[in-house]
Amino acid sequence: MKRALERHLNILEFTLASLLRRKAKNLSLLAMYLLVIFILASLQFFVTALKREAAIILSDAPDMVVQRLVAGRQDLVPARYAAEIANIRGVTAVRPRLWGYYYDALNGANYTIIANDDPAIGPERVSIGAGVAKARNLAVGDLLPLISYDKAPVMLEISTIFPSNSDLIAADMIIISPGDFRQLFNFPSGQATDLAVMVRNPKELPTVAAKIAGQFPDSRPILKNEIQRTYQSIFDWRGGMTLIILASALFSFIIFAWDKAAGLSAEERKEIGILKSIGWETSDVLLLKFWEGAVISLTAFLVGTVLAYGHVFFLSAPLFAQALKGWSVVYPRFQLVPVVDVYQLAVLFFLTVVPYTTATIIPCWRAATIDPDAAMRY
Amino acid sequence: MIELSGITKSFNSGKPNQFTAVDNVTLTVNNQQITVFKGPSGSGKTSLLSMIGCMARPTSGRIFLHGVAAAVPFQQEGVDSVEITSLPERFLNQIRRSTFGFIFQQFNLVKGISVLENVMLPAYPTGEGQALFRARALALLEQFNIARLAGQRVELLSGGELQRVAIARALINNPSIIIADEPTAHLDSKLSQEFMAIVGRLKGEGKSVLIASHDPIVFDSPLIDALVEMRDGAVVASRSSR
Amino acid sequence: MRRSVQFLLFTAVSLTLFLLLPLHARHAQQHSGSQIAQLRRLQLTDLCLATEARYTRHPALADHHAPFQEHPLALEHFPSGSLILPSLPESDKP
Repeated sequence: MKRALERHLNILEFTLASLLRRKAKNLSLLAMYLLVIFILASLQFFVTALKREAAIILSDAPDMVVQRLVAGRQDLVPARYAAEIANIRGVTAVRPRLWGYYYDALNGANYTIIANDDPAIGPERVSIGAGVAKARNLAVGDLLPLISYDKAPVMLEISTIFPSNSDLIAADMIIISPGDFRQLFNFPSGQATDLAVMVRNPKELPTVAAKIAGQFPDSRPILKNEIQRTYQSIFDWRGGMTLIILASALFSFIIFAWDKAAGLSAEERKEIGILKSIGWETSDVLLLKFWEGAVISLTAFLVGTVLAYGHVFFLSAPLFAQALKGWSVVYPRFQLVPVVDVYQLAVLFFLTVVPYTTATIIPCWRAATIDPDAAMRY
Repeated sequence: MIELSGITKSFNSGKPNQFTAVDNVTLTVNNQQITVFKGPSGSGKTSLLSMIGCMARPTSGRIFLHGVAAAVPFQQEGVDSVEITSLPERFLNQIRRSTFGFIFQQFNLVKGISVLENVMLPAYPTGEGQALFRARALALLEQFNIARLAGQRVELLSGGELQRVAIARALINNPSIIIADEPTAHLDSKLSQEFMAIVGRLKGEGKSVLIASHDPIVFDSPLIDALVEMRDGAVVASRSSR
Repeated sequence: MRRSVQFLLFTAVSLTLFLLLPLHARHAQQHSGSQIAQLRRLQLTDLCLATEARYTRHPALADHHAPFQEHPLALEHFPSGSLILPSLPESDKP
């Protein structure tokens, strides 16, 4: 047992000495490997955590949202729709929602304005997200100046600023009373932005949706599971620049790694011959090559994953936030709650460490089985 | 004592290009002596040495190692000899590592790593603790007056230094038999004589030395105990100087 | 210390950190405060990921053609628009 351990240590010792011989090459290989793992793992952590946040938010979402389309565009929903939909069997509640976007000409930001008859808000009072507060430099008790549709200033007192840990939901949000909402936008009474429909039995959702679509041909019901699907396919990298960058990095790495790992130079072949001639067994040589691949790939995997975790969950994923931020003026702090998907990490492991290590060993197989006396014949 | 009986080594047997490198050699090599195998290139010296050194198997014939502390796990009590030609690969390797030290014509040192690491190389897979063989390697370097080179890479060394590193490496596992294949082929006369002096010292320490060479400095040396002359795979003359 | 032992120690440390990740994540999930009640009552459907365009702020409620408002073959205006795909209600599917 002790001898076997010593043998591993000794051979590992030689592996490290031998890797250090081509320090620049192997360190750059390690750095590149690390970068690829870091980006892939960061992406995976980021998306998994976002999916979790989306799942939490969706647990409160209405079973169905009914929009109305006019000339192919979303339009206001008349109140009678709500009353009639409420009469459909299986529908437990219909709530007309008032919400929209507010463009802040002062700093070019877009806010989401939602009307809510929460008693905490009340007329001329407002709750805002941390992003809005930051963009306008506001504190609780300050007045939030908004410009109404007819360019008249509307001053609302800030009663709540949502803490920044709710940024992923509410960074750009302004919540006001329905009365203020209608006044601000000259929103016609008896109309709503869309309808939130609750259904008793989730299995009946498609039936209810079909009934609504039949009863109101201009309506467009969006089911909760469709929204869920959106978030399952979030970051569908259709032609995204990140994908291109990622793919090119990955491919150049594969070529580089292949060249490094698979190409057995004459020198390496000779070295294997020398080792064999001085008493190394085939298994010793293969163990050496195994360590050679494992030292690089395992280090890159472990360190890359740990760094990615720090990047996404402690530093709020600055790399991806940039891509999502785009031209946004108000953007959330990506203070994600950590999620680790062991299965996906295992996939990452088997897609990176295993092929690399194998690619290092396989080409040596033949060279390692040469006769020990071959070295005497050079 | 190494006993060879009817050793034959053919390559490509059964094919038109078959040739016999060693042809029916029967020979005894005594322990703690310097035995030189003399002959032109292609006379079968190297093949014979590689079979003795457990690097290759003969096509037919048997080789016995007597009075060698060979590391064979199943060695019977009281029987102090091993027949190596029938041993499985693993045991052959073990015997090779523990009993034989090799010095090659090109020295076969590994470039890019230090002298000390090169000397320790044969000990790595044995599973011995590093502290032990490291101390032994340093002692060997000291003995050959190259301790100051321990940390240097081998490509910066002179021919004589390379040769001494190669000898030190052959000795790291404390073998009882040293096999040297054309060790002086790339050395000038002064270094060749120095090599023979070292070999003489090794004999004094109780080691058997087998040298294949066609260098007169080697086979005319007064230090050698036995000379085996080979030609076309067969032993043409064998004499003992004692 | 031997280089191999140093390497193994380093690997052991990074492996420990690696194995601690799921534990840390679980711990953090348990201690992440429940969402603010006032926000939960809003029955929201979307995360505030990118606010640069309406269809990236509320991808679940956006029009199918919103990303291509000018022309079906128009390239994306917004970086985030190339990352977030709007939902596709059954009725809109071709």
